[in-house]
Amino acid sequence: MLHAVFLVPLFPLVGFVVLLAFGRRIGEPVAGWIGTLAVTGAFVSACITLAGLANQPAHARTLTCSDACGTGANAHSFFTWIAVDGLHITAAILLDPLSMTMCMFVTGVSMLIHLYSIGYMKGDRDFTKFFVYLNAFVFSMVVLVLANNLLVTFVGWEGVGVCSYWLVSFWFFRDSAASAGKKAFIYNRIGDVGFLLAVFLIFSKTGSLTYVTIFAHSHLLSGWSITAAVLLLFMAATGKSAQIPLFNWLPDAMEGPTPVSALIHAATMVTAGVYLMCRVNPLLALTHNAMWVIAIIGGLTAFVAATIASTQQDIKKALAFSTVSQIGYMVLAVGTGAYVAAIFLMVAHACYKGLLFLGAGSVIHGMETEQDMKRMGGLRRVMPWTFVTFLCAWLALAAVPPFSGFWAKGEILANVYAKSLPLYALALLTALFTSYYMSRIFFLTFTGKERWKDPAPDGRPAHHRPHESPWVMRAPLVVLAVLAVFAGAANLPWVHVGTLQNWLAPVFGHRLFDSHESAGLQVGLAVADGVVAVAAALAAWFLWRRTVDRPGLEPTFLQRVWYWDNLYDALIGRPGQLVARTYAVVVDGRIIDGAVNGAARLVRATGSGARRLQTGFVRNYVLGIALGLAAIIAFMLSRTWWS
Amino acid sequence: MSHAFPYLTVLVLLPAGGALGVVLLGALPGVRRVVLEWIGIGVALATLGFAIAMAAQFSTGTGGFQFVSDHAWASGVGVKWHLGVDGISLFLVLLAAVLFPIVLAGARTRSDARSFVGWMLLLESACIGSFVSIDLILFFFFFELTLVPSYFIISGWGYARRAYAAVKFFVYTFLGSAFLLVGILVLAFLHEHQTGVLTFSLPALEHTHFAGATGILLFLAFTAAFAVKAPLFPFHTWSPDAYTEAPTGGSMVIAAVMAKLGTYGILQFDLRLFPQASVDLAPLMLTLAVVGILYGAIVACAQRDLKRVVTYSSLAQMGFVALGIFAFTSQGLTGGVLLMFNHGIVTAALFLLIGWIYERRQTWQVSELRGLQAPAPVLAGVFTVAMLASIGLPGLNGFVSEFLVLSGAFLSHRWWAVVATFGVVLAAIYLLWAYQQVFHGKVDLANSRTRDLSWAERVVIAPLILVIVFLGVYPKPVLDRITPTVNGLVAQVEAATHTRQPAVARSGVAGAEAAASGRAGR
Repeated sequence: MLHAVFLVPLFPLVGFVVLLAFGRRIGEPVAGWIGTLAVTGAFVSACITLAGLANQPAHARTLTCSDACGTGANAHSFFTWIAVDGLHITAAILLDPLSMTMCMFVTGVSMLIHLYSIGYMKGDRDFTKFFVYLNAFVFSMVVLVLANNLLVTFVGWEGVGVCSYWLVSFWFFRDSAASAGKKAFIYNRIGDVGFLLAVFLIFSKTGSLTYVTIFAHSHLLSGWSITAAVLLLFMAATGKSAQIPLFNWLPDAMEGPTPVSALIHAATMVTAGVYLMCRVNPLLALTHNAMWVIAIIGGLTAFVAATIASTQQDIKKALAFSTVSQIGYMVLAVGTGAYVAAIFLMVAHACYKGLLFLGAGSVIHGMETEQDMKRMGGLRRVMPWTFVTFLCAWLALAAVPPFSGFWAKGEILANVYAKSLPLYALALLTALFTSYYMSRIFFLTFTGKERWKDPAPDGRPAHHRPHESPWVMRAPLVVLAVLAVFAGAANLPWVHVGTLQNWLAPVFGHRLFDSHESAGLQVGLAVADGVVAVAAALAAWFLWRRTVDRPGLEPTFLQRVWYWDNLYDALIGRPGQLVARTYAVVVDGRIIDGAVNGAARLVRATGSGARRLQTGFVRNYVLGIALGLAAIIAFMLSRTWWS
Repeated sequence: MSHAFPYLTVLVLLPAGGALGVVLLGALPGVRRVVLEWIGIGVALATLGFAIAMAAQFSTGTGGFQFVSDHAWASGVGVKWHLGVDGISLFLVLLAAVLFPIVLAGARTRSDARSFVGWMLLLESACIGSFVSIDLILFFFFFELTLVPSYFIISGWGYARRAYAAVKFFVYTFLGSAFLLVGILVLAFLHEHQTGVLTFSLPALEHTHFAGATGILLFLAFTAAFAVKAPLFPFHTWSPDAYTEAPTGGSMVIAAVMAKLGTYGILQFDLRLFPQASVDLAPLMLTLAVVGILYGAIVACAQRDLKRVVTYSSLAQMGFVALGIFAFTSQGLTGGVLLMFNHGIVTAALFLLIGWIYERRQTWQVSELRGLQAPAPVLAGVFTVAMLASIGLPGLNGFVSEFLVLSGAFLSHRWWAVVATFGVVLAAIYLLWAYQQVFHGKVDLANSRTRDLSWAERVVIAPLILVIVFLGVYPKPVLDRITPTVNGLVAQVEAATHTRQPAVARSGVAGAEAAASGRAGR
């Protein structure tokens, strides 16, 4: 049964190739169904593999060194990729509870979003191309998750990056979309420098890039190099997972079609950084300094993004900052050593944030591409399915008990409380903002006056009556809503059998942070979370239920993302352009080329016929060479034949 | 070996014979240019066939020269018709053999097909001849011979400033070669002085001893020619003019094949003949390489002309090759050799596509191109693949070589590799910027009628795309053939200089453990 894991990447790969080759002839909507089917195949294969893995005794699910050598049950090798002397890299699968957990939710959510896209992308000029990219994305993501070594993970890592580039700039004729795609790729590329340097460093110290081998030889990474390696990998994670200082590509990425925002920029790809950190947790355990850096970056990102999300007007931008903030929580959990809590939130978040984006997409679809929440309002009557499912996601994200977000985030907060009180305070404050911004989004969109009936203040005409979406779009909403409500059951604190914690225990072992908190303290912290969530939601209800005009609560500083983009533009963008132009014009044109041409001119000036040198002379010279070479040949031939 | 089929002699002489045939046939009245073009393509394809047959018989186990043909020639002056191919030159021969048919089929000229095809085939002979010559005078002969057809191709079929570009290209590279000729002669006479035998054969000259700074001076003389040819920073200024003003086919073969003579010369001659000087001057060469990587990338960011973007990106890529070579590790050198091949394929694809854009729009200025993805999606898709290969996306060929170069350099010269890695970001910036300007955005009237790739054009470019993808996914066959030769080279350098590459490079985990226990023991 474990061999079904080979099919997980193969299904979307075949889908990609088939659609790339014949997609335009197949056309809409069959191409969409083929794409969906391919991902469904991957999901089913993942389920079969998962069942097989669950049947194994716990110790057989643990990583051991023998697996690295290919003798263990858990290493599945395709072929040798790069082999040069001491460097040996195979395209191989690492099958363990962590990679299978990721595989399950990646393929599961992808399947639902493929289905949804058949409805959402209906009538688009490039309908088939959308599914080509989407299948390529699923393939890359599965490679990222299943790789048994850092370099193959990097293949998936870059693969999802380039798919994200294609999909963000999918409507390439819009300049904003084209620029956003490029920005996403370049920000990720900056992080990738960290990934590559970490790979070089780890290889130079341990002689291997295979995870289990690295972990078995982690003692070869001495003090500074382990910290450097972890921080370099984390640098890559800040790019991919949109953390400070590389977070501001994600809101721009909302230029992509909404299913893309749901799949790539909320549920799956952006959590890859968190996955990578969990994957290399044995290295993290060796460097407390790096753990602190990770925790602080995560906490700060969660807070900063939550404040920004509280002031956005565009529904997708608000949700994007919410994603940044939620991933910040996951990173904070990783920095605390609470890996299971990070994965728990990742899975729950994939369900409810995917749902939120799909709901937003349903709204945008129903309102003919309107994304401004202040032009919405009162949609609960015209879009009942979207309303109910969005409600579930709202309560889950706001961490209102007993929805999934409450359990997942509660676990993180409890762990952070034991690690550091200041970080806990920051995280609790962030929780307040989280519940507030999510409730604001919900009330602005679904309750209150039906503002779409009126023309906009800036003169745009009133909207038609919004319509509910077709069943292919509603079905994924319902499935995800059920998951968003009940995903918390995967890891309830008082259950000790069959939980995510037990399932992932072999991966993290004793490295998992243990907060040693008493049951009473845990209940107390949970009550605090719940009270904060409900209070902030109520506050939002009072503030935003009826009115949309509260400039005091939407300071420009926050709306303009703490002026982060302006800062980068002033510090890097504009000086960079200046440097490039200076190099091109002055250094290359005047100095280096000038020296060469100057030398030539000097020679010419000393000679007599200036114009002859420019044209005739060289031509004669070339002919001279040709004749000279011919003479040499003739001479040599004569020596050969007559000697 | 003497009874085996003389592959190398055939590979060298066949295109030249084809060139002669085309020129003579073209002199007859009433021969249509299409006929001449097809004869040219046929000859180039036949050459490719022989090259593939040779590659198929190339044995992976050994690092030495294979298919050697060694004939006494001008024996009185020590010059021999001495040809051989090893893991380093094999893929450069293949590169030439793959690209020339594509150039002849895909980048035809409007005027005087007879001379164009003739010069192109002569250039193919000269390039292949340079790659397989083991006799230094023979090498120099072919090395110089490349200049003649290149000069006439640029000046005859180039664009507006072709005369200036051709002269500059010629004079600059010719001056570099002068140093090479002097170096070769001095080396041979030194060797004769020491052994009493006058020879220009590479294996024999490897045993020459140098006193004082002689080795360094000879290294510099050889490297002057090679650095100009490659080109390496700061000897590159002929290339922006030459690559831009040359016709599409000229840019392709000059940048992709002929320029490889520079880095090939460094690998095959500098390292083998002057190992001590190469190791002593490695910091200088590595610094030039890294500066070239960043400098080329930064200047590329400021270009407004597609051909110049690719030109400066080539400068950066050549820097990566040099970085891999002077790292003196198995990974770095193997990566450098592979990158020469990969860069040739990718650059040829990019220049060909840019040439096709020019055919449609009569411009390469990005300011005048816009939104081409809408009318020409296949062109955009193919361009994307070539661009991503150049950026170094894993799964495409560029990544494998770039990764090997950087990881190999990191093992022996960590900080140079660290700085060079940032070139990776810059490559994404200038190429994605160019792509956005040309292919994205709302298409205007002039651009909206851009024709997509025809079936003939798709057939011509398909081999390059296939190679890009195949070598990204499964580079093993290539690496298996390069590595034995590279290991021989490393061993040779190590034996001559008493340096050792890090144990990790040779034996992975075991090496890392040995190194660690060695440190602990001390």
